[in-house]
Amino acid sequence: MVAEPFLSPTPSHLFGTDWFGRDLLARVMVGGRVSFAVAFLSVAGGGALGTLLGLLAGYFRGPFGAAILGVSDGVLAFPPVLLALVLAAVLGRGIPGVVLALGLFNLPYFLRLSHAATLTLREREFVLAATAAGVSTARLLFRHILPNLASPLLVQATVSLGAALLAEASLAYLGLGVQPPHPTWGRMLGEAQSWLGRSPYPALFPGLVLALTVLGLNVLGDLLRDLLDPRVRPLLFSPFGPRPRGERKGEGGGAP
Amino acid sequence: MLRFLLNRTVAMVAMILLVTMAVSLVLTALPGDAARLVLGPEAPPERYEAVRQALGLHEPWPLRFFRWLAGACRGDLGFSFRYPGHTVAEILRRGLAVTLPLAGLVAFFSFVLGVLLGTLSVSRLGGLLDLLLSMGNQVFLAIPEFWLGILLVGFLSLRLHLFPAGGFPGWGEGRAWLHLALPLCVLALPRVAYFARLSRAVLADVLFADFVRTAWAKGLAERAVLFRHTLRPALVPLVAGLGLTFSRLLAGALVVEQVFSLPGLGGYAVEAAFGRDVPLLLGMSALVTAAVVVASTAADLAYGFLDPRIRAS
Repeated sequence: MVAEPFLSPTPSHLFGTDWFGRDLLARVMVGGRVSFAVAFLSVAGGGALGTLLGLLAGYFRGPFGAAILGVSDGVLAFPPVLLALVLAAVLGRGIPGVVLALGLFNLPYFLRLSHAATLTLREREFVLAATAAGVSTARLLFRHILPNLASPLLVQATVSLGAALLAEASLAYLGLGVQPPHPTWGRMLGEAQSWLGRSPYPALFPGLVLALTVLGLNVLGDLLRDLLDPRVRPLLFSPFGPRPRGERKGEGGGAP
Repeated sequence: MLRFLLNRTVAMVAMILLVTMAVSLVLTALPGDAARLVLGPEAPPERYEAVRQALGLHEPWPLRFFRWLAGACRGDLGFSFRYPGHTVAEILRRGLAVTLPLAGLVAFFSFVLGVLLGTLSVSRLGGLLDLLLSMGNQVFLAIPEFWLGILLVGFLSLRLHLFPAGGFPGWGEGRAWLHLALPLCVLALPRVAYFARLSRAVLADVLFADFVRTAWAKGLAERAVLFRHTLRPALVPLVAGLGLTFSRLLAGALVVEQVFSLPGLGGYAVEAAFGRDVPLLLGMSALVTAAVVVASTAADLAYGFLDPRIRAS
């Protein structure tokens, strides 16, 4: 059952309907599934691999570490949208290319984070104690060093998830990712652009939901960072208190 | 100084080499080959062979990459597949004519405006104005810029007819600026928020330093304390952000360029990817990587001017 096209928001169609008379609220809800899946997959994949490589580069240092950092800088130098386009030329326009591109885009941030933290952690007494107790390198890395990275990694993952959602929407707008007729926020916006003269709602609501989602994730990231940072925690609940060293760490979400 | 420059140049060349090599290798993995793409599926076999020879596809990858590199060093990036008869260099020049001024203007204005807003925030640290500005930054960092672009086109162009809805008449026309006004605003807004947030964070760190307290104790005016004593030592990370923002814009303005149908680098990149135009994608990757590396080196050089301690080392 399809309603009249270009309906304004009404009680039976809260977001209105699009050019085919499809309910916009339903399409926005379904579209979010793909966007979230792609963002989660790329952050989880890129984050896990980046963290692992950062641990190794930080622990072993030397030419091995330098090589890993160099390659990561190379990836960071390459713009994510262009990366996605190059991969689209090879893998086609489907989801795998987009996940791979966004995963690669996320990887260096996690790598630098875990590399920097590992460099300082490896000099600490508990690492020395574990080594003296005869703990194997793998166990040392994953059971003794990695847990100490949990909170900055969690903060980075939250911020990265928002950035990945934004990037996924841009790529979908360009026609990369899940193909029609399946809806996704970015492509809904792209299609709505040609109907702007008739009704603003198909272009308004998917973007609004996307913006609110990203805003929510960014605020959550800020909050987590403050909660997990013992230096800032006492200041957190005095709403106007200055945040001396809070803001800079989570800035890694990527320059726009 | 000379040693630093030499080191950076070597690193720069290595980085460009690494990235173009990776891109070239990835593009070689394309299923189907370029000659087929140029000619279409029905071409006779002898023409197909001739084109393969002409494009050098019968040679192994390392040799091809070396040839491309040798050409690239002389400024010859080869011919485009997607736009037959045009060289890659010519297409890139045409795209840059729009994208370069756009990226430069956006980076400059968002840096100045963002740092001003950040300074304003810090001058009222913890106050109502600071809170409102911080909230505004969060909001503008979360808004997808192409969505903002679509909404502005819908409202200002289609409804109120204040601005053209898209396209670009070329620099000779007086209306060129009118066509760039909306894309400029749309690209600048999230970047202003980025710089405002970054500068607020950096400045808030410096604000509690002893030398700032000394400046206050000397009885200096607020403006002098903020701009001369607090902002100057905070400029180094901000300039790093400026370099990154500018170089990211060359390829990062792509989506907004598409929204406003501007004939910048972005449109060519999309066409190249969907048309599997290997030489154009390769040339564009080389150009953009070079821009990123040059911008970050320029930012490193600027640190020396801003911070004598870095100059000394």
